[in-house]
Parts: sequence; structure tokens; C-alpha cells
Amino acid sequence: MDICSMSALEIGAAIREKKMTVREVTEGYLSAIENTDGAYHCYNTVCKEAALARADEVQKGIDEGRYTSPLAGVPVGVKDNICTKGVPTTCSSKILENFVPPYDATVVKRLYDAGMVVLGKLNMDEFAMGSTTETSATGVTHNPWNTDCVPGGSSGGAAAAVAAKLAPVTLGSDTGGSIRQPASFCGVSGLKPTYGAVSRYGLVAYASSLDQIGPLAHDAKDCAALFSVIEGKDEKDGTSMENPKFDFAAATNGGMQGKKIGIPADYLGEGISTDVKAAIEAAAETYRGLGAEVEIFPMPIVKYAIPAYYIIACAEACSNLSRYDGIKYGYSSPNTDNLLDTYIKSRSEGFGMEVKRRIMLGNFVLSSGYYDAYYNKALKAKKLIQQAFFDAFEKYDMLLGPVAPTTAPKIGESLSDPLKMYLGDIYTVMINIAGVPSMAIPCGFDRENMPIGMQLIGKPFCEAEILSAAVGFQNATDFHKKSPKES
Amino acid sequence: MEWEIVMGLEVHTELATKTKIFCGCSTEFGGEPNTHVCEICSGLPGTLPLLNQRVVEFAVRTGLATNCEITRKNKFDRKNYFYPDLPKAYQISQLYLPVCRNGWLEVTDKDGNPKKIGIHEIHMEEDAGKLIHDEFEACTLVDYNRCGVPLLEIVSEPDFRSADEVIQYLEKLRAVLQFTGVSDCKMQEGSLRADVNLSVRPKGQAEFGTRTEMKNLNSFRAIQRAIAYEAERQIELLEDGEKIVQETRRWDDNKGYSYAMRSKEDAQDYKYFPEPDLPPIEISEETIEKIRAEMPELPEQKKRRYTEELGLSAYDTSILTSDKAYVSLFEETLALCDSPKDVANWIMGEVMKLLNDTATLPENMPLAPKDLAAVIHMVKAGKINRGTGKNVLEKVFTEGVDPEKYVADNNLAQITDLSALRPVIEEVIAANEKSVSEYKSGKTQAMGYIMGQAMRALKGKAPAQEVQKLLHEILD
Amino acid sequence: MQIDKNLVMYLEKLGRIELSEEQRTASEKDLQDILTYIDTLNELNTDGVEPASHSFPVANVMRADCVTNSDRRDAVLQNAPREKDGCFVVPKTVE
Repeated sequence: MDICSMSALEIGAAIREKKMTVREVTEGYLSAIENTDGAYHCYNTVCKEAALARADEVQKGIDEGRYTSPLAGVPVGVKDNICTKGVPTTCSSKILENFVPPYDATVVKRLYDAGMVVLGKLNMDEFAMGSTTETSATGVTHNPWNTDCVPGGSSGGAAAAVAAKLAPVTLGSDTGGSIRQPASFCGVSGLKPTYGAVSRYGLVAYASSLDQIGPLAHDAKDCAALFSVIEGKDEKDGTSMENPKFDFAAATNGGMQGKKIGIPADYLGEGISTDVKAAIEAAAETYRGLGAEVEIFPMPIVKYAIPAYYIIACAEACSNLSRYDGIKYGYSSPNTDNLLDTYIKSRSEGFGMEVKRRIMLGNFVLSSGYYDAYYNKALKAKKLIQQAFFDAFEKYDMLLGPVAPTTAPKIGESLSDPLKMYLGDIYTVMINIAGVPSMAIPCGFDRENMPIGMQLIGKPFCEAEILSAAVGFQNATDFHKKSPKES
Repeated sequence: MEWEIVMGLEVHTELATKTKIFCGCSTEFGGEPNTHVCEICSGLPGTLPLLNQRVVEFAVRTGLATNCEITRKNKFDRKNYFYPDLPKAYQISQLYLPVCRNGWLEVTDKDGNPKKIGIHEIHMEEDAGKLIHDEFEACTLVDYNRCGVPLLEIVSEPDFRSADEVIQYLEKLRAVLQFTGVSDCKMQEGSLRADVNLSVRPKGQAEFGTRTEMKNLNSFRAIQRAIAYEAERQIELLEDGEKIVQETRRWDDNKGYSYAMRSKEDAQDYKYFPEPDLPPIEISEETIEKIRAEMPELPEQKKRRYTEELGLSAYDTSILTSDKAYVSLFEETLALCDSPKDVANWIMGEVMKLLNDTATLPENMPLAPKDLAAVIHMVKAGKINRGTGKNVLEKVFTEGVDPEKYVADNNLAQITDLSALRPVIEEVIAANEKSVSEYKSGKTQAMGYIMGQAMRALKGKAPAQEVQKLLHEILD
Repeated sequence: MQIDKNLVMYLEKLGRIELSEEQRTASEKDLQDILTYIDTLNELNTDGVEPASHSFPVANVMRADCVTNSDRRDAVLQNAPREKDGCFVVPKTVE
């Protein structure tokens, strides 16, 4: 069987059963990357030598019984904003083009502890700011379903790598939809965990109160497996939380009998494409067929999510990105002779336009005289959004909705109108503001045969519940099994 | 016109924790540049702060000792500005919900009446790094060893009306910080820094004048001089019909003047907002009571105990408790020789004189309690007289000698065998016939001279009253 | 909220960036569009609502006061564009 068409859990099982070696698997992916990534540009950095050396080490560990995770020996790609010791971590920005972290992010350590093999670092929108991966300083990633289209963003490389079979599983990050939206555009599965469920230590911050690392994979079971590797309290991240141990069996059970699902009416209103809407309605039918109750309910606060999100995210971003100054690491403009010049030139030459725009927006909403009208107002809106979810979860076990109003746009269509690009985040940002988990899975194709995604939104720290619902859906459908080549 | 000076203080103190506020790096002073630095305090991308619990404990201690309300739910904020000594380009501080508020310390005003100086708030924050100007190249070197050392900023109300009140308050505050173990308060090393906000107004006017802020005040003397300079500068400007510019001024203690650092036009917008990386701090009643119970004795409590239990005078206790170094020396010495009055007198007399003569700060006390106890013990037992005791103490202080060994080696012990005195005294009488006959003819003051000669012959090692007794016995 | 060129330039200054004239003109329009949209938040009634802080009730996450780090100078300086005598280097700063 073609290694690259297997799921991560299948690969892990095959290695354990000695049907293949870790090196064979790793070599299989490395050669696929070498042969086809030229067409997609999923990877910023491929760790060929290190991955092969690691593969042999892991094989030994598995043989000696040191690595027992279901994902031991499985290769993984990592978004390029997650720090990897000794491997460049660029955030797809010129300002970090030569940055090599001297430490591993906690999630990377956990990948190693589970015996996984890191293949390389995946392309993204610069500093995770964007919805198309077009703001990357290393160039756009192409959507494997149609290379004229964007893969979504900001974890475009992470989603496209899975779709193009250049990694069985990947780690992305999601601040306002950055795992779910590219997963949706590329026809793969992706989980944005509860805020605090996964350590952020080593994730280069975009908006600290919203950022979460999560898995992308061919299906929900693989997401559950990778999530169980990375989740859990980390003493290095004060905002990570202690939770009941994640139950993999419960997360992959798939039973929907008697579950109550709510669809926010405002998720099916103005702006949604007819194909996407139809796919969501069909998904609702599928769930009814599985024994769940599905109903539409009003959630009028949806329309305030984007304003609140861009205020909070940009405010935090302008602070988080102030440390890039050409002095301690990263790009430093040559030929500057005074301090102010070093700051201004390094930052002006090092950051792309979208990053600059969000820095300016963040500075605006925090500047004296505007703080209350914007930032504080957004924090109050956050409170109301959290309350709206709390109320919804009194009635429903989970919520269902589209990930994005449309399928993947063509490359070059989005950047000219930033506001239009921001509006595309309408169904995803609210989840980050509330901090709740959300699982994106494929649920259909539009008339151009581009994938459509839906999301299942869960109660805080109830990842198992929405993963199980995703597994139930995938047991009943085969959208997740389609791949670009066969389409 | 009569002018009134109005001042408020912002005091920064470095805490005596083992580690920095948000990472496990040592706070040890000195060391090669950037050797007490890690991924977190140097602001590497992806790193996160984690609060040192000792910092909260120290903040609460300080708040309790300065009569503050403790904020039950407090949190951190980011203060954003670009400067090379601040690697994240923001300082983690507390703006919206500081850990302590509404406290006070008492001073004495110019009329001798007690006066409360209000403490507006105390907040926790991190220190910045150090910039070193390169001697050979037109560049500046950046050292982050101090970066992330925990600080408390103690902000007073604008309640001061004289430099004297400022100094009294600072002395009290320093004593509180030292006695609670919160800080060593070494001004030279920058672990206690005070910025003075100062304005003037015609006496009787209710509104405040425009204020300036003075920085770089490295000693109490510098503070006093800077206040005098700035008050005079402002009064002169106003009397000339000019306006005060709200600005930050830097004091140059060598040149004895201050100059503007940046004016209001250039005012920074710090864009404060809640720090998302640190969860809030909740301080329960239970925690506060626990910290209160474990709090070391404060100067006021010590004063009371010294007068009530040890029978010392109010004057003595206030001097002894003015510095933690005196208290430590006093209490530890007292534990070795049970004589409070003697120990207090030796410290307030000889020890303070030696500190003064050698320009030694009390915190660098070279004298061990056991050595002071030994000297006191020898004097009290009559082994040496008080004069010898002072000389021995000086040797201990300056050369670190062992007092008992020094006395033995130099044969300084008093002659305790009285029969040994008589031959020496008889010799002295024989050698001073003139004075003896004067004395005998009624010039009683001649006895003083004979006595001096006798003590000299005995090398000061005999008890004076015994010598006198013998002289009278022989001559009268 | 009305955006003008001066405000854009002020925001550049606050963020220590500098736009070209062309970018500045474009930014004026983009920021205007975005802020006009953001201003719809004013329609949301937030009277009496406490600003949210962290998403979930977590407090007092602290570490013990124990030294855990040894000398990490080489690691911390390894990415520095310029280094001298174990320090980062900046153009001369004048007080």
C-alpha cells in the first residue's frame, strides 16, 4: 500500500506490527515532498537529514519498547511559527528569516516524547496574519485541489501538506480560524482545541489570548490521536489548564443517538454561498439520520464577532510583534547609524504589508483616548459572546455550522481588499473569542469540485465530544476520503 | 510671595528573591554580561512568563507593613515602549489592579506633629536590562542580567511639603523593606531608587502647580540637593512670569543640577492593556493572615519591645532600629551577653563612630556579634578597662583580629593581683618627689598628675580606683 | 472614526514602521474601511457588562522561587545580528 495514502494511525499500527520501518515511512514522505512540493510549496524547511537520523533512533526506541504511542514512528509536519530547536522557525516572515530557536516548543517535545518524526516546517501567512497563506514572505502555498486557488490560512501549508499527502498529520495554530479554514479549503480535518488545552510555550505569539495549537489530519481519528499527544497542562504556560485525561476511546466512539445539535441561524444568513449552505443542511440531515436532534436557533451576536476579534487580536499583536527590532534576532537592516533607524528600517523592511496593517490597527485601538471606545468595548463584547455560547450549551451538546462562507478563492483575489478578507472569518473568530473547541471536517464539494468544510463547536474542554461527532459523521460519509488526485 | 513645595514619590525597590519575577534565572548582582539570562527574560519569540510566587508574598508583606489594602484579585498589564534595555518591548507591570492600595507611613512635620504620608498604590513589575556605552566604538552594549529582576513600585500621594519629610519617609520605608526581608535596599546597587515629583504653588492655593519628575537620585543626599535645586528653579521661573514645563529631569549629582530628559510633546503612549499570558492573582483572607503571622518584627514593634522588655530609652531604641544592620548586631550580640544597656551603648557609641570614621555603610558591617560580645564581656568582667576595650574593638573592626587572642598576645589584660601594684606605685612616688611634696603641702590637684604617672607606669592595665586607693593609703 | 494621513503617520510612529507614500495612501483607505466596519460594534449594548479577561477561571499559576537556569548566554546570543563582549549591540544611545 502507498505509505502516503495511509492514515497516521494506520502507519503507526503498521510500524508496530513491523510491516514497515520508521525509516521506510520517513523516506516515503521525504521523497514525496522532494517530488511534488515544488508544485504546492507546503514546506518552508524540510529536515531531511535530521528526520532520517531521528527515524532510526525512533525505530530503536520502538523495538526496545520505549515508544508505545499509537503515533510512534509517524512523521509529522509543524507549522513554521512553532519553535523547533536547531531548525529555522521563520513565521514565513523576512524579519525571522534566519531565526533558529535554541529551544523546542512544549508541543514539539511532546511529539518527540511520543516517538514522532518531524519532517519539516510548514508555510503560513506571515505571523499567522491572513486567511490565504498569500501574506507569506516565502511565497503562496497552492491548494492541492486546484493549484490556482489558495489553501486558506493561516495554516495553509499544514492543511495543504495533508491534502497533498506530504505529511499524514500536521500541527497548525488557530487564532481566528487558522486551522479550521484551511482544513476546510483543502478538504482535511482539523481541530482548534479549547483555549488552555494545549501549551502555547514555544508558539510564536500572534494574539496571546486567542492562539491555540491543534492537529490537522486526513480524518477525525487521526486528529484525536495527535491531540492526545499534545494536550495537557504545561508548567511553562500559565494559561494552560489541568483537565480530566483526554479519553481517546470516547473521542472516537462516533455515537450520535440522542445528541442535541444547534445551528446558529446567523451562520446561514447573508453572505453564505448556496453550495456551502446546502452542504451544511445536508450534514444536518446526516446527523438526524444518526439519531441526533438538530435545530436552528438565533445567535444574533455573531455579527459583532469580527469587530471584536480584530480589535483584540491586533492590539495583542502590535505588542507581541514589538520585540522584532533588529537587535536580538532576525533581520536587521544594514546601514543604519542610530537606534530609531535600526527599529524603523528593520521593521519596515522585515514585515509585510498585512502585518504592518495589523500593527497600525492595534496601535490605534490601544492608543490613549481610544482604549475604552475600542479595546475595552471589545472585551465587553467578548464577555457577551462567551455568555451566548454558555447559553447555547445549556440547550445543545454541540453546535454545527459552516467554517467559511465560500470555498477557496483564487490566488490574488483576496489581498487587494483586506476588509473583504477579514469578513471571511465570520464563522470562525467567535470560537476563539469564546475559547471553546471546534472541529472542522469536510462535508461536501462545490460546483467547481472544491471542498466544503463544516465545524462542530463544543463545550470547553469537551474535545472528545466533538471529535466523536466528527468520527460519527465520517463513518457515515466519505468526503474525507476523497483526495485531489482521485477527484 | 511665600511658596509651598508639593512632592510625591515613586520608589522602586528590587526584591530579595533568589530568582527573577517570570523565569528561573538568578537575581545575583554582578556577573559577566548576559550570564543570568534565558529564553524567557531575553524575550525570545514563543516564550511565556510564569510568576514567582515569592514576589506576591513580598508585595503583600510590604502592603501590610505600610497599612495598605490588599487587592484580592489583581492582575498584570503590559506597558509598551521601545528601548534596547527592554527585550520584549513591553514591561510587565500593574496599572489597572495593583496588588496594594491606600496605605500610609507616618513622619513628623516641621512643627513636630505626626503626619501621615499616603501610599497611593504598590505594584509588582520587572526591571529592565543595562546599557553599557562602549569605550572604543560608537555603540552601546546590552546586558540583560538585571532584566526581569522583580521590583515593587511604591507610589505615594503628593503629601510631602519638605525635603525633611521625604527623607523621613524614605528612611521609614527602607526600614520596613529591610526588616520584612523584602529588599536589601542598597541604593548604590540600585536596589532602592526614588523618583521625586515636584511642583510649587503660592501658599494657600488649593490647586497643584505643574510638576516635574526627577530621576537618577542615588543617595539621600542627592535627593535633598535635587529637591532644593528644583524647588528654587521652579520658583524662579514662576516669579519671572514663566511657565513650568511638565517633563522628566535627570539629576547630575557631580555637577549639582538637573536637566530635561524628554518633554511632554514627546510623551510616550504606553498603550497599557491586560497581560494575556498571566492569569490573575487571587489573594485570600487566609493567605493574608498567613503572611501576616509569618511576618518578621517591624521597627515599631521592636521599639516597643526594647523599651518595655529590655528597659532601653526611647532615644536609644529609635537609633538602634533605624537600620536593620544595627538591629541584627544588637539582637545577636544580646543573645551572647545578657546586658541590653551595655550592648546598646557600645553600638551607639563605638560601633557607630567606627562606621562613621571609616565611611562604612551599616549594611556592610564588618563586626561579628560574637566579637562585640567578647569585648563587652572582657570589659564587664574587668579583664580590660573600657579604654582598652575601645582600642581592641577598633582592631577587630579594621583588621578583623580575634579580640581575646589580641588581648592575650599584646598583654593587655588588667593586673588583677593587687599586691603587684604596690612596688610600682612606690617607684612612681619616689620618682616624683616634687609633686608629692606639693600634694603634701595641700595642693590636692597634684594628685591628678601622680595618678597619671602611675597609670602610665602600669600601662593602663590596672583598675584606676585601686591605684587611687593605694596612692592615698601611702601618701595620706 | 475618521482616518487621515496624519493619523496613519502617527500610527506608523507608534509601531516604529515607515510606509511609502503609496502604501500610506492605500492604508488610509484600508484602515478607514476596517474601522468603519469595526465601529458597528457600537450598536452592541454593553451597558453594565464587565470586560472579560481570561477565557476560563484560572488563577494563581505561579512557580516556586528556585533557580532553575544555568548560564544560557550562548543560546540567547546565537541569533544576534551583532554581538560584542557577550552583549547585544545597538547604535549608541544617548541619555
